Amino acid sequence: MGLKAGALSLVIFLFFLGIWHATTVTPARSGGALTEYEQLMGKSAGKQDGLPTPAQMGSAVKKHLSDPFYDNGPNDKGIGIQLAYSLMRVGAGFLLAALVAIPVGFFIGMSPLLYRALNPFIQVLKPISPLAWMPLALYTIKDSATSSIFVIFICSIWPMLINTAYGVASVRRDWLNVARTLEVGVFRKAFQVVLPAAAPTIMTGMRISMGIAWLVIVAAEMLVGGTGIGYFVWNEWNNLSLTNVIFAILMIGVVGMVLDLMFGVLQKFVTYVE
Amino acid sequence: MSAESFLIAEALAKKFPGGRGKPDLTVFDDVHFSIEKGEFVCIIGHSGCGKTTILNVLAGLDSATAGNVVMDGREVAGPSLERGVVFQGHALMPWLSAKKNVEFAVRSRWPDKSKKEIDEHCQRYLDLVGLTGSEHKKPSELSGGMKQRVGIARAFAIEPKMLLLDEPFGALDALTRGNIQDELKKICAATHQTVFMITHDVDEAILLSDKIMLMSNGPKARIAEIVVNTLPKERSRETLHKEPHFYAIRNHLVDFLVSRSKRFSEELPAGYDARNPPLVMPGVETQPEPPQPKAEVPHPEKAVVVNFR
Repeated sequence: MGLKAGALSLVIFLFFLGIWHATTVTPARSGGALTEYEQLMGKSAGKQDGLPTPAQMGSAVKKHLSDPFYDNGPNDKGIGIQLAYSLMRVGAGFLLAALVAIPVGFFIGMSPLLYRALNPFIQVLKPISPLAWMPLALYTIKDSATSSIFVIFICSIWPMLINTAYGVASVRRDWLNVARTLEVGVFRKAFQVVLPAAAPTIMTGMRISMGIAWLVIVAAEMLVGGTGIGYFVWNEWNNLSLTNVIFAILMIGVVGMVLDLMFGVLQKFVTYVE
Repeated sequence: MSAESFLIAEALAKKFPGGRGKPDLTVFDDVHFSIEKGEFVCIIGHSGCGKTTILNVLAGLDSATAGNVVMDGREVAGPSLERGVVFQGHALMPWLSAKKNVEFAVRSRWPDKSKKEIDEHCQRYLDLVGLTGSEHKKPSELSGGMKQRVGIARAFAIEPKMLLLDEPFGALDALTRGNIQDELKKICAATHQTVFMITHDVDEAILLSDKIMLMSNGPKARIAEIVVNTLPKERSRETLHKEPHFYAIRNHLVDFLVSRSKRFSEELPAGYDARNPPLVMPGVETQPEPPQPKAEVPHPEKAVVVNFR
């Protein structure tokens, strides 16, 4: 099954490459001098702009990946450095969000009163596009790098908060009763009964948050500029290098997948079978 | 009911507000009973008569609308390590192994015990319920019967003054149930444990208990009478049906559940005193007995197990 699926994936991939190649490669010129227009537009040097062919793409990927950490000034840094900046921002924003969302979600889940009191705020704040906060963040924080961390913070807080509250609120009554009959203290109950019981739901929230954070960082960095994979994409668009843009898109996908896989592993670690 | 009884429940009642204009719903009221130290008491009644609520009140997990419970001279005001509970749905924590589940309880009871002491203590109780070799399995890897054994080990391991069992074997198949019943009986006899147990299984009640409290149907359920088990203490599952009064008791219980429990609350019998429900000893007393089908049962060992679930 796995083998068959793999083979099918390969076939689809090759088919896709074939179509890509067929639509981008330009037939060799059938001789004759360049027109004046073509000379003016620099067409003589072969196909440089526009969409690359798979072969050109391949060599670009190889070039980027063979030296990912070079630094030739503000506008020319290796892809590794750009991704590292983005990951650092996502990591910082996400961690801050987790530090706030998980304890607050815990209290909300434990107290129906708090849940009802905070619910309207959460419902209003949750659907706001995180980038809408950017001007406010820039104005108050007065630092673009920190602002992008704030944007990550604000977008990753909601899924974690809501999932934690839900997970904590729906811990099985039986387990809480066991803890009660054993006269278990508040902290021991929170850490040894409620937390492990709600952990899979909390972890799901964290996974969703991480996914959203990785989506948002690209847009945020396009806005604030400077460094990061989002800035790289925009910079290469300004350079009119679609090859690099496509390469960046590929890298965003791969890193996002790796992040998700990591959370998948963590999730497996805390999941229990009832 | 003597003042020195180990556990005394007085005038327990549970009412739920009836909502707009409707009268309150009284699940049970005027429930009095007492349990002596070392006694095994079963309570039988149809669903909805409030058996589980009574057990939860005894456990301190729920509070009665009226009345109070005194155990060992102290009023029951909340859950306590003095009372171990075996829950209906085993209530094991699925992220902990069998042993860790027991350990969780033991550590709650004796926080100062060393790791080694706790480990040995847990092992002793897991061995007692026949789980040697399965200590490190998660509940999901255990069969229904084994899970319930862990639940029993957990309740016993804290060495409570009283054990409360809420239909512990309801979800088990007959064979497994029989085996665990035997073990429970053995452990209780060895430790002189005081037990209060809810069951729907008439045979289980006769095998295990010294006294069987019969509850009438709700609303306004009462303890209709208390059947004293006159069978010898050393009865076993294999020979139970050959005991002289077995069928008298069994028929009395079945008769109550099938017909008398419905009418009881509406037409209380003359002379009925809720504070002192009548004690009956089917087969021993001179009271009129329910029809005796003894002769009509050609194969008593194949007697149908009536399960009122």
